[in-house]
Amino acid sequence: MSSPPLFGLVLAGGASTRMQRDKAALEYHGQQSQLRWAFNLLSDSCAATFVSVRPDQRNDATRASFPQIVDREPGAGPIAGISAALLEHPKVAWLVLACDLPFLTAATLNHLVERRDPQRVATAYRSSHDGLPEPLCAIWEPAARESVLAYLASGKQCPRKFLINSDVALLDLPDARALDNVNTADEYGAAQATLAVGDRPPATGDRTDSASLARVPRPETRAPAATRTVRVQYYAVLREQAGRSEETLDTNAATPADLYEELRRRHDFRLTSSQLKVAINANFSEWQARLAHGDTVVFIPPVAGG
Amino acid sequence: MKAFAFSQTHLVPDQYRAALSDPAAGGYAAFEGWVRNHNEGLAVTRLEYEAFEALANKEGERIVAEAIERYGVIKAACVHRIGTLAIGDLAVWVGVSSRHRAEAFAACRYIIDEVKHRVPIWKKEHYVNGDSGWVNCERCATHAHDHDHGHEHEGHRPPATGYGQKKD
Repeated sequence: MSSPPLFGLVLAGGASTRMQRDKAALEYHGQQSQLRWAFNLLSDSCAATFVSVRPDQRNDATRASFPQIVDREPGAGPIAGISAALLEHPKVAWLVLACDLPFLTAATLNHLVERRDPQRVATAYRSSHDGLPEPLCAIWEPAARESVLAYLASGKQCPRKFLINSDVALLDLPDARALDNVNTADEYGAAQATLAVGDRPPATGDRTDSASLARVPRPETRAPAATRTVRVQYYAVLREQAGRSEETLDTNAATPADLYEELRRRHDFRLTSSQLKVAINANFSEWQARLAHGDTVVFIPPVAGG
Repeated sequence: MKAFAFSQTHLVPDQYRAALSDPAAGGYAAFEGWVRNHNEGLAVTRLEYEAFEALANKEGERIVAEAIERYGVIKAACVHRIGTLAIGDLAVWVGVSSRHRAEAFAACRYIIDEVKHRVPIWKKEHYVNGDSGWVNCERCATHAHDHDHGHEHEGHRPPATGYGQKKD
């Protein structure tokens, strides 16, 4: 049996209280925000990449242009972001990455991805400081979902304690400092100085334009056999006819037009595609656009605002 | 204030109006859409509005920016309700401040017309007889009707038009 596809999740929902600045907006690698840098890094290994945000962060300038997964239990910390991702795309594994790891490199991430054990709940690095699992640069398998939800429901929130008590594949870090994080303004200054000396090569290229974000999935990392996992959200009359507000499905549909025909048969939708518009990842799209693994699709019935 | 926003609670036009004031403005025009107690011969008891907010906010902002650019007005904004509304409730507010009145009226009209056509917002009407229906979606094939500014949906070309409650 093949492993579930790997999606990326940048955790950017923190309050950054000790830094007193938004950690996601800090710049270590040239002019790009740490959030964009982490996003690009994950996009090299993952079929689709998302940014985890709290509900009140959806429209902020640093985060608004990324595909997002919104916390369902804001206030519960990083595990709220992880559980929201596991719920939104229950059939995929998540390569979860905090956005305050300026020393992380593509090599460290690839090392993790290559040694992933999909039979375990997670694959994680062992901290070079205390030997315990590092939950925020780790691969969380779909099998983690129910136990994460139960853990949250019992009032617990520490993702590290969760991994300590789970069946996790633990790896030694190839570079002891790779996961050192940065929480204060002093540490930020020191990290910038270290990186500026150039003893750590940049982990990813300078792909920064917003156009590259519109279609996150990268063709070479698509799932085999042309099937792709897409998420469909339903509104208004389609929500009622489908009996749900969203679903995640594996499909062979190559375009939104094909996908709508498939779903129309399944849910007995009365509207035809000529009466609808379609959006991919919250932008209006052509019906013949190519669907990519990880896309979120919305079929838009005739509107009636005002 | 944001150029385009949704509100789960009652709209407060006085607040929005204050946000549009400007020393260079010679006037202000606003449009308020209200929930009417009848539509297409049926008595309406309440409405529900629902929006695809991620896209609706972007499209709404584009419309307001277009109006400012096209008519050269000073400030403009639009706020739309979502959730359950009763008869008489304010469903949508559009406001424009400008140097002269003509462009304020024109920009206001442009914004409400475009919002009705382009922004992914849906309206469900509940009728006195217990029925309910999504406006523009559920009776298109069986209904034809003239409408003063065309159909509510660009990609939608059946013979029928105009299930929306006309606000103007």
